[in-house]
Amino acid sequence: MKNKKILIFLLIYLISFTKVLSIEPDVFVQSTVNRASKLLSENISKKEKILKLKKIAKETVDIKGIGLYTLGSARKNLNEDQKKTYNDLFENYFLKSFSSRLAEYTNPEIDVFDKKILNENYTIVNSLLVAKGDRPEVKIDWRIYTKDPDNPLIRDLIIEGLSLARTQKEEFSSILNSNNGDLNSLFEVLKEFSQD
Amino acid sequence: MFKKFGIILITTFALTLNVYAASDGELILKKNEPSQVKDCFEKLNRGTFAFNQALDGLIFKPVSSVYKKLPSPIKTGVSNSLDNLSNLVTIPNNILQGDFNLAGVNSGRFLINSTLGILGLVDVAEYVGMVEYEKEDYGQSLAKSGVGPGCYIVLPILGPSTARDTIASAANFLGGDAWYNVTVKNDTQYFSEVDYYSSRATSGIDFRAKNFDSIENLEKNSLDFYASVKSLYLQDRQQKILNFNKTVNTQDDSDWEEIQN
Repeated sequence: MKNKKILIFLLIYLISFTKVLSIEPDVFVQSTVNRASKLLSENISKKEKILKLKKIAKETVDIKGIGLYTLGSARKNLNEDQKKTYNDLFENYFLKSFSSRLAEYTNPEIDVFDKKILNENYTIVNSLLVAKGDRPEVKIDWRIYTKDPDNPLIRDLIIEGLSLARTQKEEFSSILNSNNGDLNSLFEVLKEFSQD
Repeated sequence: MFKKFGIILITTFALTLNVYAASDGELILKKNEPSQVKDCFEKLNRGTFAFNQALDGLIFKPVSSVYKKLPSPIKTGVSNSLDNLSNLVTIPNNILQGDFNLAGVNSGRFLINSTLGILGLVDVAEYVGMVEYEKEDYGQSLAKSGVGPGCYIVLPILGPSTARDTIASAANFLGGDAWYNVTVKNDTQYFSEVDYYSSRATSGIDFRAKNFDSIENLEKNSLDFYASVKSLYLQDRQQKILNFNKTVNTQDDSDWEEIQN
């Protein structure tokens, strides 16, 4: 009887502890943008900023997931070797393009104000990039992958309704189409971009 | 007995209407899905795109970089007065789309801003709390009535468009744009052709200046700049046609669902 009670107590404790560990998607986005914003306002070189931004991106963005989405239906034809090559090339391409885009901003202020749970895997978090000087207010929505609630990850950024992942996907599709669906041509383009 | 019958009839009618409204919206959403818009003249489009880029480098980029440096109140004033002029196309399109209430609001906005707002330089309507302004055009009205976009087209100087939107824009020159009518079409003593064409050119420069850094950034970080611009244009168009403010309405989730890590 005593053992049963202890077991029940332990179970309740574990469940509540797991709940405490899970991070709400909106809190996750706000803390991520605060981290990036703090970094961008630091008085360090652009090169250093890019390096630190890459670190944040590796921790908070589902680069592999975005890579597979971006490849569209072509991902179904990848063999294991190609998958590995693609994942590596995509990560380099993504980190370079992502960090150099962000490094242009200085001290951006982003306020998270709402969220919409789409299903157990996805939540859209709504935020606003606060107007500053000539720059108008910009609506930024975040697609958060919540399959593992303890470790939510960013899968897309939707700026004023325009999805970055979707744009990237159509860009990749265009490259594949103009090269008769040859994946190696896409790999070459990715390699070239990351080397520049 | 008749009361019950009446309630059932009204409820059925309301539900049917709702179903139609939903399926109409979904149909329009599907028809304007960016990945479904065919690039029938890709070679020609890419050529025109390259020409536009060269023109941008020669004229629009340098002019907009100077324009960008003007004091903020001047830029805001120019932008406001261009928006105010665009009401002359938005209002007939509000009516065409059956949005009579909004047509009234926008007419009020135009009157207030043209008078109290000194020819539209000041957005007085915003200060008095009128609903946020959203531009409408003849392409959007055609799309709302169920016409699909047709092929993607890149127009010289004007940039990305679709077959539907290009044809629809002809309405502006056939009496559908009051600003064109009083400047170019009819010989009035108050305005001349120069007023119309300079307002169009300023509108282009204002857009380029507002998006100066974003365009530079996109070009620098794109693997295929042409494809990026096409995708962004078509996504934006889809949103404007459906007047959706919420992201979730235009995002296709089916592809995301397959990606599991």
